[in-house]
Amino acid sequence: MSAETYVRPAGVHPPLDYPQYRSSVLRAPKQPLVRLPHGPTETTGPLLGAERVTAADADLTTRHAGEPLGERIIVTGRVLDSDGRPVPDTLIEIWQANASGRYAHHVDDHPAPLDPNFDGAGRCMTDSQGRYRFVTIKPGAYPWRNHLNAWRPAHIHFSLFGTAFTQRLVTQMYFPGDPLFAQDPIFNSIPDAGARHRLISRFDLDTTVPDWALAFQWDIVLRGRDATAFEAEEAR
Amino acid sequence: MTQPGAAPAGLTPSQTVGPFLAIGLPWPDGPEAVPPGTPGAIVISGRVLDGAGEPVPDALVETWQAAPDGTFVRPARRRFGGEGSQGATGAAGHDAGFRGFGRSATDAAGRWHVITLRPGRVRAPGGGLQAPHLDVSVFARGLLDRVVTRIYLPDEAAANADDPVLAAITDGGRRATLIARSADAPGQFRFDVQLQGTASATETVFFDV
Ligand SMILES: [Fe+2]
Repeated sequence: MSAETYVRPAGVHPPLDYPQYRSSVLRAPKQPLVRLPHGPTETTGPLLGAERVTAADADLTTRHAGEPLGERIIVTGRVLDSDGRPVPDTLIEIWQANASGRYAHHVDDHPAPLDPNFDGAGRCMTDSQGRYRFVTIKPGAYPWRNHLNAWRPAHIHFSLFGTAFTQRLVTQMYFPGDPLFAQDPIFNSIPDAGARHRLISRFDLDTTVPDWALAFQWDIVLRGRDATAFEAEEAR
Repeated sequence: MTQPGAAPAGLTPSQTVGPFLAIGLPWPDGPEAVPPGTPGAIVISGRVLDGAGEPVPDALVETWQAAPDGTFVRPARRRFGGEGSQGATGAAGHDAGFRGFGRSATDAAGRWHVITLRPGRVRAPGGGLQAPHLDVSVFARGLLDRVVTRIYLPDEAAANADDPVLAAITDGGRRATLIARSADAPGQFRFDVQLQGTASATETVFFDV
């Protein structure tokens, strides 16, 4: 096997074909994936964001006339690669339901109130140490129609680029102790229990702001680059 | 280097974008890898379809590609030289305003598009050159992880015939799913993503990256 060929680590990412998640039944490919050796298109990637992100984008509670309802929270963490190196200056985009479990989206018909002071979208760039920080409100759990009495555990959607096409990741951050994990096929689609639990944030008393907001901490680990291929590129 | 099959410590797993990605991911200029009207701009458009042949109205298509000279936009660092510009460094050398990256949420009919420049040729991992291509990620409700495919151009027949990635797909019908079709006007191409095959539509080739 060439040094530039990468095999997906077993058990970390969910399989595409996972019928317990009903929406996958008509959308997951049925043919086996074809191995793509990594060339320059895969080891590079878009470096986006600084020009399209302002500091205000990281605070989802101050973008409207009033404050949103719900439990104000601070979400912080670091973006690292699997070799343990921080990923600085990378764009993070998040979206989430409001405190009642309702998304500000026309397709969401959950009979819970919309909040005129909350749109649920945020953005930030990691700093030079790979750190990020959002201020938001704790999203509510919400029902969906996957199976009888199905509820999604509270979560925040995260989108990350890293620095290479191979590092692109969209995922969800969960909250500790959620009673809904056991019945959620999306959370449970991750085969490895250790990997699954890496999506659960940690209550973070140290970052909590007294008399103002609770805090949760969550690190995100993107794939490490194939060092051999990357150094060859750098040396060109 | 990652060993085959080994799980790197602490890798964060993927989860679906779900049905509400439109809250967080689309940008007004997302489909514009170059500003509209840029000389030499091409438009690639198509649909995302499911295993019942129905359009997927809640997908996001992202493209990443080389500039026409075979280099990659690296605004914050040195650029990586392609075969067209050995050792190119600095910010000069590719067309002003070229982002290399396009992002398009599908509409109610499953349609997406990007406005971009023709990618140049880049080296192949095993030696030689690859045909011009765009790497594509597709995200959607129902996909627990992104799916990755490639777009090749139909008027690059000689380069496509030499491309090692295309050559590795021995089924001609499936290989053809990676090559865009010329649309009516010059510089306009069609590329549909068939997430799952049907009786009448071949499933797009997706890659393990
Ligand atoms: Fe969600």
